[in-house]
Amino acid sequence: MARKDRRRFLTGVLATGAATAVAPAIGQSESEEKPQRPSALPPTTQVAALETQTPGEMAESRIGGVPGSDFMVDVIKTLNIKYCPANCASSYRGIHESLIDYGGNKMPEFLTCMHEESAVAMGHGYFKIAGKPLLTLCHGTVGLQHATMAIYNAWCDRVPVIVIGGNDLDAAHRPPGVPTFHSAQDIGAMVRDYTKWDDTPVSLQHFAQSMVRAYKIAMTPPYGPVLISLDAGLQQEVIKQHGNEKLYIPKYVPTSPPQGDSGAVKEAARLLAAADNPVIVADKAARTPNGIKLLVQLAELLQARVIDQGSRVNFPKTHYLSTGATAVSSADVIIGLELSDFWNTVNSWTDNGENGVGENHSRIKPGTKLISISAAELLTKSNFQDFQRFQAVDISMAGDAEATLPALIEAVRAAIPNARKDAIAQRGQAARKAHAEQEARAKQAATLGWDASPISTARMVMETYNAVKGLDWSIVSQSGNVSGWQNRLWPLTEHHHWIGRSGGFGVGYGAPASVGAALANRDAGRISVNIQSDGDLMYAPGVLWTAAKHKIPQLAVMHNNRGYHQEVMHVQRMANFRNRKSNYGGDMGPVGTRIENPDIEYHKLAESMGWWAKGPIKDPAQLAPALREAVKVVQSGTPALLNIWTQPR
Amino acid sequence: METTIRYLLLVAAAVLISFTSRPAAAADAAKGKSAFEKNGCWQCHGYSGQGGAAGKTLAPKPMPYEAFSVFVRNSKGPMPPYPKQILSDTDLADIHAYLVSIPAPKDYKSIPLLNQ
Repeated sequence: MARKDRRRFLTGVLATGAATAVAPAIGQSESEEKPQRPSALPPTTQVAALETQTPGEMAESRIGGVPGSDFMVDVIKTLNIKYCPANCASSYRGIHESLIDYGGNKMPEFLTCMHEESAVAMGHGYFKIAGKPLLTLCHGTVGLQHATMAIYNAWCDRVPVIVIGGNDLDAAHRPPGVPTFHSAQDIGAMVRDYTKWDDTPVSLQHFAQSMVRAYKIAMTPPYGPVLISLDAGLQQEVIKQHGNEKLYIPKYVPTSPPQGDSGAVKEAARLLAAADNPVIVADKAARTPNGIKLLVQLAELLQARVIDQGSRVNFPKTHYLSTGATAVSSADVIIGLELSDFWNTVNSWTDNGENGVGENHSRIKPGTKLISISAAELLTKSNFQDFQRFQAVDISMAGDAEATLPALIEAVRAAIPNARKDAIAQRGQAARKAHAEQEARAKQAATLGWDASPISTARMVMETYNAVKGLDWSIVSQSGNVSGWQNRLWPLTEHHHWIGRSGGFGVGYGAPASVGAALANRDAGRISVNIQSDGDLMYAPGVLWTAAKHKIPQLAVMHNNRGYHQEVMHVQRMANFRNRKSNYGGDMGPVGTRIENPDIEYHKLAESMGWWAKGPIKDPAQLAPALREAVKVVQSGTPALLNIWTQPR
Repeated sequence: METTIRYLLLVAAAVLISFTSRPAAAADAAKGKSAFEKNGCWQCHGYSGQGGAAGKTLAPKPMPYEAFSVFVRNSKGPMPPYPKQILSDTDLADIHAYLVSIPAPKDYKSIPLLNQ
């Protein structure tokens, strides 16, 4: 049946007055705090009218009914998704039009992006602050290809992002030429290795089920990205009866996160309570602000030092039990909470062995007991190697660490004998002293090169802190490759104080994730600080325009070291191993690793896209006044960027 | 233990090499600064030898030239070894002289931004 005929047929179904559409109430929240509600929600005014109006009234529009994508918007609105960062594409034109016209461009609000990778990374950064996922739309082929690296980062970082890829499945009826180049049998194949779930709905009812299911799966720890492949034809068809059923929207009910086995929890508690020097290592443990509080409880109960590996703010940096990575060397029991890489926590690898082969070394004492709690064990795929090297442990719990902590805390409390309480308290005293010394060492290290030009990363980071310290601040960059000074010297204590790392370390994440996180902070009334790497920004600088367009303020301090310094030493190392002088080609580092000659004028780049900007700043004495000026601009609602020439790390 | 043995071997080697390599006293700090940049040392250690995530702190008070030389030539750590074909003895000695010339930083307690 030709598409035109198919549409006439569908209109005919409506015109006969068959029970057609039903369903959803726009914008109704289904949050977990609300009481249970029926799974079939009442119809909107528009959809209800379909059942009561005469065929003549319904057939006013050219398509002869209500487009299916309007129903899709009703479904999406029940999930309370606030924003939809996306780059426009013809394969999702149906739902695009419904979102902005039928849906009023609210919940979600469409945010114009200039690259699909930026759109997904914005959702990634937004979640790290807001704890809620965003939706993004993309062309199912070329757009999804652009989006893949950002989806991979979200996968590795266990962050939910909901991606809808438009795709015109019907080869006989889709437009020829470019739209057919942009169609595929199975767009999900491109990202199936690093998404939790994907589906290709073939009916509106199927879409309703799949959309709610996708949201539910994405939001069940371990979190992760999901994909819906959305047929262009389905978006544009008018709503019709689905068999003998009326359309309905399933109610979203959050799934309880998985907890560690109760027997394993007790055994872990027994080991921790009996340990002379237990150490807690946390990476993606604190999914929510409450996770930090729970970890503090556990650490104080044991007076155990905590290594925060930093994929989230897991533990207050100012706490006396906060310590560095080397603390594992003296531990007799180590508990790892949602570690991305347990092997590398207790071992090291040096890229400098004989014949240029790396060498492994243990970081821990023989006999050290290892405990792991990780939800990632519930979701391991084969192809991409984000599961890292295999590390044998003594107790392994496949469960969510934050959800398991309350039971573990109670079990530890019960397991600590009175006779050990003095020894545990003494451990705390030693930790206080060590923490104070560690802080003093970090501050003294920051003084090295303090007045140098290019500006030292420690100076840049602390001048920035001085400019925002009286405000409700949030660091919205993964690290900025500034030797971790913000983690060492800023008082990171709250969940929103830092967004953590990207997960997959795909470069190009930093700028768009910062804009997504800044969006969440804008809505919370916070100031966002982005320590922006130069190489990272140039992957998709169009996100600067998105920030200006949608009035998403942030203070971006460019860490402009004019090179890909992560890569410099790889090339240098190869040259040294081979007894060859590395070719610098007239630059300051090996050919292919420098971003100079010409130097990029990031301040002009930002200005051209609607930002306030200043630079290049090379003299550290000029930094403080420029920062004061920039902070005022950001507080007025405009994003601001300072192009700062910096030391490499 | 392994680290200690390596260190002792390095020190022993340093004593031997000190008889054959260019005396550090003849080195030139100004030339050393140039060599430090030209040979890419700054890329991991910073222009002032301050160190960071990618490389150790080299200055102020660098290790004695003999140990420094042995380490650079034979590093088994994260830094790859720099043989003479890549970094000459003259450049190495000058670089050390540059590191020696870098003054000690202020006490952090005298910098307001580090006492907030």
